[in-house]
Amino acid sequence: MTSTQLPETTRPAHTADRRPTSTRFTRVLGTAVIVGIGWLVLFGLVLSPDDRVQKEGVRILYIHVPSAWLAYLAFGVTGLSSIAYLFKRTRNLTWDRLAGASAEVGVLFMGITLVTGSLWGRISWGTYWTWDSRLTTTAFLFVTYIGYLAVRDLGGTHQQRAKRSAVLAVLAMLEVPLVHFSVKWWRPLHQQESVAEGKLDGLMLFSLFVGIITFTLLYVWLVMHRQRVLALRDMVDDRGLDAALTARRNEALEAR
Amino acid sequence: MIAMQNAAHVVGSYVVTLGGIAVYTWRMLAQARKAAREVPPEDRSWT
Repeated sequence: MTSTQLPETTRPAHTADRRPTSTRFTRVLGTAVIVGIGWLVLFGLVLSPDDRVQKEGVRILYIHVPSAWLAYLAFGVTGLSSIAYLFKRTRNLTWDRLAGASAEVGVLFMGITLVTGSLWGRISWGTYWTWDSRLTTTAFLFVTYIGYLAVRDLGGTHQQRAKRSAVLAVLAMLEVPLVHFSVKWWRPLHQQESVAEGKLDGLMLFSLFVGIITFTLLYVWLVMHRQRVLALRDMVDDRGLDAALTARRNEALEAR
Repeated sequence: MIAMQNAAHVVGSYVVTLGGIAVYTWRMLAQARKAAREVPPEDRSWT
């Protein structure tokens, strides 16, 4: 008889758990994110007007800029969580898992930033890629955080993983201002900050804010779930280690 | 509405973004379900 055929009373409760990382808060947040994405698509693709210069290409801005913002936010959270882990008074694996979860979400959104930027570049500049300072530093940041995620998977105890990845995250965080200010320092092909300079208004500005708010809520939702997945994995690792130690002890007792 | 000239690039950017998020989310929740089979609910601090 398989476990799925067991009556409800004899089946372990967690085998039937379909949403193990979900809580009431994340469900409400998830619903808000789905509504926000619907709004973003509606305003971004249908309701907002074309730009005088960029024409319909401006519609990519409503996902490109929020993605970039989210990647910066995610890498900032990774860096700050790593600093919190490195301090002895606040040392806790929760900080490490938050750093790891945030970095993973940051890599996802940095990848989206690069792809959407490339598609936008094809419309605006006539090419998918050019080695200007903003694009090059962004690609470098992306690769750095992929390296960070690889370092997290190198093995060892949870504490070893946390310490080595925290040091790397603090160093990697120094790259973020370099990427952000590259458009000011080197005057590349990439445009300057349109929002800060007040070049957007009306429905365009509103569409961009819908994108930023939706993606920020999405970031919180993703990081909460991802952090809980990492906690579950750590618990599974600990249980495996405990089981192996018990088996080894039993073997030793039987050998006597 | 979007002019036909660049529609593929504009719509493509939305498809890549939302598709990427959907695939990542699906993969993450699948990992959660797999790991949760070995951890009882009382050991999860958020429940």
